[in-house]
Amino acid sequence: MTTRSYLDARAPLHPVAREAVLAALDEGWADPTRLHSEGRRAATLLAAARATLAESLGCRPEEVHATPSHTASLHAAVAAVTTARRRVAARVVHSAVERGALIAAAREVGSAPVAVDRTGRVELETWRQALGEPAALAALQLANPEVGTLQPIAAAHEVAAAAGVPLLVDGGAGVGHVPVPEAWDLLAADPTSWGGPAGVGVLAVRSRVRVRPVGPEDPDPWAPGGVSVPLLVGAAAGLRAVLTGREAAERRRRALLERIRACVAGIPDVDVPGAARADESLPHVMTFSCLYVDGEALLGELDRRGIAVGSGSACTASSLEPSHVLVAMGVLTHGNVRLTLSLEASDEDVDRLCAALPDAVATVRRALGADAL
Amino acid sequence: MSQAATPPVPRVLDYRGLRCPMPIVRLAADTRGEPAGTTVTVLWTDPAARSDLAAWARMRGANVAEVVPAEPLDGVEAWATTLVLGPPR
Repeated sequence: MTTRSYLDARAPLHPVAREAVLAALDEGWADPTRLHSEGRRAATLLAAARATLAESLGCRPEEVHATPSHTASLHAAVAAVTTARRRVAARVVHSAVERGALIAAAREVGSAPVAVDRTGRVELETWRQALGEPAALAALQLANPEVGTLQPIAAAHEVAAAAGVPLLVDGGAGVGHVPVPEAWDLLAADPTSWGGPAGVGVLAVRSRVRVRPVGPEDPDPWAPGGVSVPLLVGAAAGLRAVLTGREAAERRRRALLERIRACVAGIPDVDVPGAARADESLPHVMTFSCLYVDGEALLGELDRRGIAVGSGSACTASSLEPSHVLVAMGVLTHGNVRLTLSLEASDEDVDRLCAALPDAVATVRRALGADAL
Repeated sequence: MSQAATPPVPRVLDYRGLRCPMPIVRLAADTRGEPAGTTVTVLWTDPAARSDLAAWARMRGANVAEVVPAEPLDGVEAWATTLVLGPPR
């Protein structure tokens, strides 16, 4: 019996990914651009990894690029498309709840955020209006990594395509956990969310999309200096493994989330944002905010009880600003807990969380003199 | 239409300089037992307070009447949120 429950966003390394990384460290350590046997062996592994990723993502191997991280994928995708289309417009249309890295990249060009409803979902009519004016790029996440809400990707892509604007889909929290969407022009996927290794990102760009990667000239403009072959091999093997058992993993984790929802509902004054319907939300992500609770103190109380979670509260971050996602949705930002169930999450983890949570919340409220408010 | 009485000047609760979640904790403590319809003005500097005051109002049946700039505290931008309280608990 394990003594800790890890319920934060970066998934533990998947055993298949780990084995693939270790094997590729032995076999594919050489520079894949070299023409000697060692180099060609690394190049073969690299090509196989791209082919595997292409199959998982539903595109061609030459459309798959490796980057140094998911953040780097988003930065590079926004820069490369907006540079190629700078004569069309200097404007990136994106939902208000996109990842911070994407919003930061959009602001370098011209950020045009689209408001979301209380569940965190963009309204198609507002999306359509925003794309009624010229735009260099549209960006929408497959699912929100904080609250789990799924976005209407197919419909949003249809609107963008009708406007002649390429759509970048941030698949970060969703790829590996829900079906991979088909409607995209660029798709960024994050290996750390499916148990791949940190240190590599995946960006697929349909060949029809005009891009001009920025930065000094390099044989690989998406990963200057070249990508880590072992890490990409691990990411590809991990994704194939999780997609094979995806449906069963979805059902199992939705049931665990239901149990957590029931125990959270028993705690007074807790705001549970996000989509109410299961098919509008990720199967493994949920968040809730506890009134009169200091988020950092609650994380500490849970950690002492053997539970690791994330939070979007301002007091838990280096910044004073609370999560822009919670703000955009109009939900309570303090006392926030963000749960992500990895493939390893078990009934035992949920038991531990549900046993600890009511007392942890009460302890923090008592410390603030807020237990009777 | 009956002649409207001059509305009473709302009580001002100064939470400038407090970090989250203290502005909301203090607001709940300082308005405890106040009747529904009571108007209070909260002064704040913490960036989380804008959304948290709105969320608290929603959870407590109160209404946010307005949010306007207030006197800065030691050069830090401050805001004044006026709330109409909901029924006491």
